[in-house]
Amino acid sequence: MSAAVDDAAPVLEGRNLTKLFSVKSGHGFLSRRARLYAVQDVTVSIGAARVTAVVGESGSGKTTVARMLAKIITPDGGEVLLDGKAMPRGRPREYARQVQMIFQDPFASLNPVHRVRHNLVRPLKIHHVTDDIDAGVAGLLRRVSLEPPEDFADKFPHELSGGQRQRVAIARALAVRPRVLLADEPVSMLDVSIRLGVLNLLADLRDSEGLAILYVTHDIGSARYLADTIVVMYAGQLVEAAPSVSLTDDPAHPYTQLLLSAAPDPERPQPPSLVRSGAPPSLIAPPSGCRFHPRCPHAMEICRQVAPPSVEVSSGHTAACWLHVDSGKRQPEDARMAESIVTTDPSVFESARERAQRISPTGIRKQEERG
Amino acid sequence: MTAQEAPVGTPSTEPEQLAEPVLEIRGLCVDYGYGVDAVSAVVDCDLVLRRGEVMGLAGESGSGKSTLAMAALRLLHSPGVITAGEVLFHSKPFGEQGPRGTIDMLGANESVLRAVRWSEISVILQSALNALNPVMTIGAQFDDLLRVHRPQFSNRDRWNRSAELLDMVGMTDDRLRSYPHELSGGMRQRAMIAMALALEPQVILLDEPTTALDVVTQREILEELMGLREQLGFAALFITHDLSLLVELADEIAVMYAGRLMERAPAASLFHAPRLPYTYGLLNCFPPMHGARRPMEGIPGSPPDLRMLPTGCAFHPRCRWSMDRCRQERPALRRLGDSDREVACWLYAGDAVIPDELTHPEPPKAGDRPAARGPVRASRARR
Amino acid sequence: MTAGITTPRPETPLAAADRPTPRMSRRTRIPRSPKVIAGLAILALFAVIAVIGPLIAPYSPNETGIYCRAACSGAKAAAAWLQTIVVHPAEQVCNAAGTVCFSSPAVLAFLPKPPSGTHWLGTTVFAQDVWSQLLVSTRATLLVGFVAGAIATALSVIVGVSAGYLGGNADEGLSLLSNVFLAIPGLPLLIVLASYVPSAGANVVLIALIVAATGWAYGARVLRAQTLSLRNRDFVEAARVSGEGRMRIIVVEVLPNLLPIVASSFLFTTLYAVGAYVALAFLGLAGAPNATPAGLWNWGEMLQQAYPQDAVASGWWWWWLPPGFCIALLGMGLALLNFGIDEFVNPRLRAAGLSRRSARRAGISFRPRLGITPVMHRQGTAGRQLAATAAAMSATGPAAPTAAGSHRTSP
Repeated sequence: MSAAVDDAAPVLEGRNLTKLFSVKSGHGFLSRRARLYAVQDVTVSIGAARVTAVVGESGSGKTTVARMLAKIITPDGGEVLLDGKAMPRGRPREYARQVQMIFQDPFASLNPVHRVRHNLVRPLKIHHVTDDIDAGVAGLLRRVSLEPPEDFADKFPHELSGGQRQRVAIARALAVRPRVLLADEPVSMLDVSIRLGVLNLLADLRDSEGLAILYVTHDIGSARYLADTIVVMYAGQLVEAAPSVSLTDDPAHPYTQLLLSAAPDPERPQPPSLVRSGAPPSLIAPPSGCRFHPRCPHAMEICRQVAPPSVEVSSGHTAACWLHVDSGKRQPEDARMAESIVTTDPSVFESARERAQRISPTGIRKQEERG
Repeated sequence: MTAQEAPVGTPSTEPEQLAEPVLEIRGLCVDYGYGVDAVSAVVDCDLVLRRGEVMGLAGESGSGKSTLAMAALRLLHSPGVITAGEVLFHSKPFGEQGPRGTIDMLGANESVLRAVRWSEISVILQSALNALNPVMTIGAQFDDLLRVHRPQFSNRDRWNRSAELLDMVGMTDDRLRSYPHELSGGMRQRAMIAMALALEPQVILLDEPTTALDVVTQREILEELMGLREQLGFAALFITHDLSLLVELADEIAVMYAGRLMERAPAASLFHAPRLPYTYGLLNCFPPMHGARRPMEGIPGSPPDLRMLPTGCAFHPRCRWSMDRCRQERPALRRLGDSDREVACWLYAGDAVIPDELTHPEPPKAGDRPAARGPVRASRARR
Repeated sequence: MTAGITTPRPETPLAAADRPTPRMSRRTRIPRSPKVIAGLAILALFAVIAVIGPLIAPYSPNETGIYCRAACSGAKAAAAWLQTIVVHPAEQVCNAAGTVCFSSPAVLAFLPKPPSGTHWLGTTVFAQDVWSQLLVSTRATLLVGFVAGAIATALSVIVGVSAGYLGGNADEGLSLLSNVFLAIPGLPLLIVLASYVPSAGANVVLIALIVAATGWAYGARVLRAQTLSLRNRDFVEAARVSGEGRMRIIVVEVLPNLLPIVASSFLFTTLYAVGAYVALAFLGLAGAPNATPAGLWNWGEMLQQAYPQDAVASGWWWWWLPPGFCIALLGMGLALLNFGIDEFVNPRLRAAGLSRRSARRAGISFRPRLGITPVMHRQGTAGRQLAATAAAMSATGPAAPTAAGSHRTSP
């Protein structure tokens, strides 16, 4: 399914990305090679001066998607397009100049034996960004608000705090003046009080330098804060994509509704009661049809048999769910269409009751009930 | 059965309606290292955990929250050493066995500690996922535990009790035959919780029990835990850096910074009406899920290095409203007027003008008692 | 906001408090660990002896008949010094009929003298000064040990790190190579190689090469395993993403992180090399000093001469004990240095070690037991502790704060 596409052409796009890992399943003599479907048929695009967030639990495949976009991992299916053109296999220097990545663990992403200066000088030298290396280093440190630069340039990573290290990692990524920044859970391992600082830095980079940023996270709250568009992944597949505010206000896919109800929200009058809703499925033998159907309160007969197509629920808002499928709203390029047999299951989450009630039995979201 | 003076989980301001304390920590000081090299991880902390209550301990890295809890049970690794204070455990076991009376945890010898640990006070750690023995089945580990602490049980009894415990946390008893690696992260954590509850402890210390889990699993497990607390009546000390979790779960919250307690208040009061600038800042670090998006600031700077603490109040370099006095003297934890809140801030100790952000009214209490009218203003006037 | 840290970080509470001194600080502090100091002292001692030994030796190690050196003249004077022992008596061998006889004269040798004023470690059967021999032998032993260690370590780095980082067929091939060398028994291989190159004993580098050939494989395995783990670390990934070339990543990013292990491997291999060289010399394969070409004097050579002469049985301890003791002492020095490096690298060990030292300095004599955090300076505990059994003392109510409050000891 496709993510929400903006008017401008996307800078970096991954189309129908698929990644299978070969794993050992079983013990000893009975072990056999099994295929783990880490990512299946995911299309994500990142536009200039926009932040796209990929939200999912661990095991949903979001990190694998980011790594495929960074071309650290080669996809088994699909392709990665930069400015609409397919890139050659592997990771040539030219690609490194345009697409950069920052990692989750600030303690591990900087080599403990090298000073900050070394980490910043290397990209400057490899890509011949500038002749005046010292000024380049100072400029980068200032850009990420590590001032005065002289204080920080000669420090070792262990002398910096987690937030400072992450800023150095961002500076390193910025050294080559990329157009795309892929951020893999950049603030998950930082203290709570410094997360917003780093997120604000990313927002600033988007605004002032027009970077296209991919923000991978499991925290939908920070995704809503930072991102313009959110795509939700579950068990290796994209289940919903929308502008961030509409996704959190009107989630269309039951999994997104589950995620939102599970996120702590102190402003709720009553914390929701989540019945035992199960766990994400095994990716070696995923459920047939829609992968979410074993946990879905609205699961129908067709959900068990056929994987749902992506459907446009409203402008810019797509979801892969049979609840929203109606013959008039299918996306024309989707080949997997089927007549929908609608029998709704009445048991629902307490917390999602209000949202579920907005979905009428015929599966079409009523325009009048929104807003 | 449990002897309780007050219904479980009801905070109140009148002292005679408070549940009796089960774990009292007074003036606890913990160092890492000895002599001149020592780093003070916890300084002069007072904490009272009442029977059946959930107390939340919030703080960031270096705040000393985990150290405090582990020190109370004397589980700190070398080079941790407790340098001052006392920890009193008022034991009233749920069963017939077990120590009764007041036990001085810091003065106790090994046999006393062994009698208390796990049967009366148990711990659920963040790394509990890896605390299960990988080469033993879950059932074998339960069996091991029960064999030591309930020697009068027969094999059948132990199996039944293990199945009962797993059922309590929502797992079927066929899981007793599984190895830990065959279970998902959430199930392993549930198994750990079941083990922690196996001997019906009076107090459970939870050190970031769900931080390594997915959001949905985390929610489920916390719900299970709170349900079990209602059912079994234990007290819980919940340590986390995620303040928003505590608001929904805890009765009382204590906020720590750089090894000291900075604020203590009932959960709803703390969330809706923070009095400490640090708490206010911390609460504003969580972007809301609804409403218009607006730019938010975290707290500038970063948590301090305990070896190089700022002078005076440890938070003053990052505080929006710091005054000269904050740089010179360290504020002590003081009661706020006649409320049951405590705060360590110079804003409330003199004639300083308290900023608007810190003067939200207290929320109405759960129950029919009306909230005290503007306790903060009253205290300000009095002082 | 939802849960924060996704990966458990057990050391988070100590992140600020107990940040251990870094693994690779450029500002290397003089190590304060007694193990390291002892190890370094021993090595320094041997290094000094290796350098100046041949210069200060009072006699040449080869010189026989030293008793008579100081201008003794006349058979009487000579006879006064010399004592001989009969090593092989005179004998006459005749055939069965008794018609043809061969007679061999008695073989005389000098009686080894115990340590005395003129000969600090006594003399040997050939009237050679043991102390001089020891001084001279140190140089070759140490040289061969360290050179062999260096060659073996270099080989293990090249093979191990390449195998670990490159992966695929290169890894398979190199692993096969190191496995073969690991499986071949070391001593027989040494013997075969040394016999092939009979003049090796005269040349330090040659003999070091032979010894290194058997000693590199273990280090290669260790380094390969470490490199495999480092390869997937984020900072290596980040270097790749930056566009670094493969060789630069190996040399600049991966290798510096392996230095503690390489250092430890070097010391371990040197220890092994010294042992292997001594073994070779003991078997007589490293060239005798009085053969042509002249082999190098080393501790193994000394043992090689002492042992067949029944030095042990005859009680001439000053001949075989010093070289043996030196080998053991050198080994201990290398091992202590290795432990010191281990402690430096592993923060947990360092914390434990440092804490004991600073505890002693602070005047605290207790030893913390595992699982029980110690409590400093408790006062007034008598009467506050209750028995843990069911038949406990009567329950006391919630206790009032004790009058004898506990307070900190002054640092």
